[in-house]
Amino acid sequence: MNAPAYNFAYLDEQTKRMIRRAILKAIAIPGYQVPFASREMPMPYGWGTGGVQVTAAILGPEDVLKVIDQGSDDTTNAISIRKFFGKTAGVATTTSTADATVIQTRHRIPEAPLHAGQVLVYQVPIPEPLRFLEPRETETRRMHALGEYGLMHVKLYEDIARFGHIATSYAYPVKVNARYVMDPSPTPKFDNPKMDNCPALQLFGAGREKRIYAIPPHTTVVSLDFEDHPFTRYRFDAPCALCGAGDSYLDEIVTDDKGGRMFVCSDTDYCESRQSAGHRGSESAAPHKERAHG
Amino acid sequence: MYVAVKGGERAIENAHRLLAHERRGDRDVPELSLAQISEQLSLGVDRVMTEGSLYDRELAALAIKQARGDLIEAIFLVRAFRATLPRFGATEPVDTGAMQVRRRVSSTFKDIPGGQILGPTFDYTHRLLDPQLAEGFAPEAPAAGEASAAATPRVTDILGRDGLIEPSPVSEADAPVGDLTREPLNFPADRDLRLQNLARADEGFLLALGYSSQRGYGRNHPFAGEIRFGEVEVEFTAEDADFAVPLGSIALTECQMVNQFKGSATEAPCFTRGYGLAFGQSERKTMSMALVDRSLRARELGEEVTAPGQDEEFVMSHSDNVQATGFVEHLKLPHYVDFQSELGLLRKLRKEFAEANEMQPMQEAAE
Repeated sequence: MNAPAYNFAYLDEQTKRMIRRAILKAIAIPGYQVPFASREMPMPYGWGTGGVQVTAAILGPEDVLKVIDQGSDDTTNAISIRKFFGKTAGVATTTSTADATVIQTRHRIPEAPLHAGQVLVYQVPIPEPLRFLEPRETETRRMHALGEYGLMHVKLYEDIARFGHIATSYAYPVKVNARYVMDPSPTPKFDNPKMDNCPALQLFGAGREKRIYAIPPHTTVVSLDFEDHPFTRYRFDAPCALCGAGDSYLDEIVTDDKGGRMFVCSDTDYCESRQSAGHRGSESAAPHKERAHG
Repeated sequence: MYVAVKGGERAIENAHRLLAHERRGDRDVPELSLAQISEQLSLGVDRVMTEGSLYDRELAALAIKQARGDLIEAIFLVRAFRATLPRFGATEPVDTGAMQVRRRVSSTFKDIPGGQILGPTFDYTHRLLDPQLAEGFAPEAPAAGEASAAATPRVTDILGRDGLIEPSPVSEADAPVGDLTREPLNFPADRDLRLQNLARADEGFLLALGYSSQRGYGRNHPFAGEIRFGEVEVEFTAEDADFAVPLGSIALTECQMVNQFKGSATEAPCFTRGYGLAFGQSERKTMSMALVDRSLRARELGEEVTAPGQDEEFVMSHSDNVQATGFVEHLKLPHYVDFQSELGLLRKLRKEFAEANEMQPMQEAAE
């Protein structure tokens, strides 16, 4: 039987070179979707294969990797991807946003500001911001080439006409470097301002759709809006019940079947750092400790 | 009280252990061997090799065993392994005209040079459950005869001699071999890439699309010119050698559909081709593939594109079951961050709706 043997970080060097070329091109044209020959990865499409390929291509033995899903290091898919790189690359892993050199994420940007030298790798399901307005790739590529984004503005305008608001709460479209309209991946629009003028490199990988795009450090990223309907962030108006933070994006936790709710930070590292610095919320009578499971 | 979603790591490990246990099933029942799967579930193995794009019966059998008989999961396992294999080059085109035929039927001619050969087929079996097969059934030895020395030319080649069917595209010996697993796919795609996509495509998806074309969604009047199944030799020309070296033989099924074409201002009416090719004995797959291949040639042949089966972007973007199953099943992953955002928006919209409706009667009263 052909027993398999795998390279550092799983992908062969030939493939990594191909992906790095795509990444370099993506950095050179901020917000432009670069096609790449996405490989079949040992996890399913739609579960982060694009992000995993980007991470595999840029990871070096000295890197410190953090993986989050929904802002949390402890969600099952984040654990699975972290273990994958722990096993195939043997790199150090962390849950600390500040200590990580590479952060792979699904659906969130960490609350703590990123710093120069860090790379944030986004997992992207549908890279094309115009996809739900125009299903054809041949059409959307032409629209990007011509900078023809009227359709998107019409959609946002129709939202306002119908609901009084732009009815997009996540994967909220942005314009990068005053040129390409880009899908920020399904992060809540709360996170959009963090992409603007960010000192870290932001890379986006869509495995199934075979696209890579990038926001180089200190690039202008503007959420689409209108002068009379400016972009607004949304967060539930409450402090975190565990750390008391009034500025973080919150998860809604259903506590019983009688309408009981509590709101806690979605970014678990941010929440835990605040708690260990002595911040308290309404539900944390004692200093928070990780509960033993089971 | 708030139960932190911790312990995911142990949950995953335990889930994998439980999966391994369930996969084995009742331990009093003997374990399946790969040879049993390969020999007795051979059409499943053929499908996994075809859609997994890797001709290796043993690995396909292992994948089926590991996937608990879920063929799409098995295809996924094979694909993920295949992605890591180095590429030495491309073989010479296989000559299906020189196939050692085990089965070969044509619906367009009563008899053909080399004869119609039924071979191992379900076609004329009555689909009655056979209790004899349940256990210990020893089938009769198959009838044997002397193999004919007569050539078995492809039916489409016979039609081609009179110019009644369009010629097969001439292969350019030095042209690079397209490979959508190595180069990103762009639209419009050439036919070689379309055929590669269809060969890897989900059998059920192609079956439904082919069927829809028969029912009038982009009808293309097909006849099964020929379906043949058997062994062909694979040859490889190494870079520093100037002759082809035989690597061995593989089992293939080929289907050539013969379709009507009305002709155009510059071309006389003639039959056109739809082509299907797959590993092993995969007749449903190759027939469906040939129907869809012909449908996708609508643009090239100047036909109006009206149906899903004729739409290259639609077909090629959704045909791959590994991609499709991944994205459909990723809905199992947590989405609570986005959901929270949607909840916020919906609450706001509903509040405004309620306020607007409360205002309404007051306005009316004032009038």
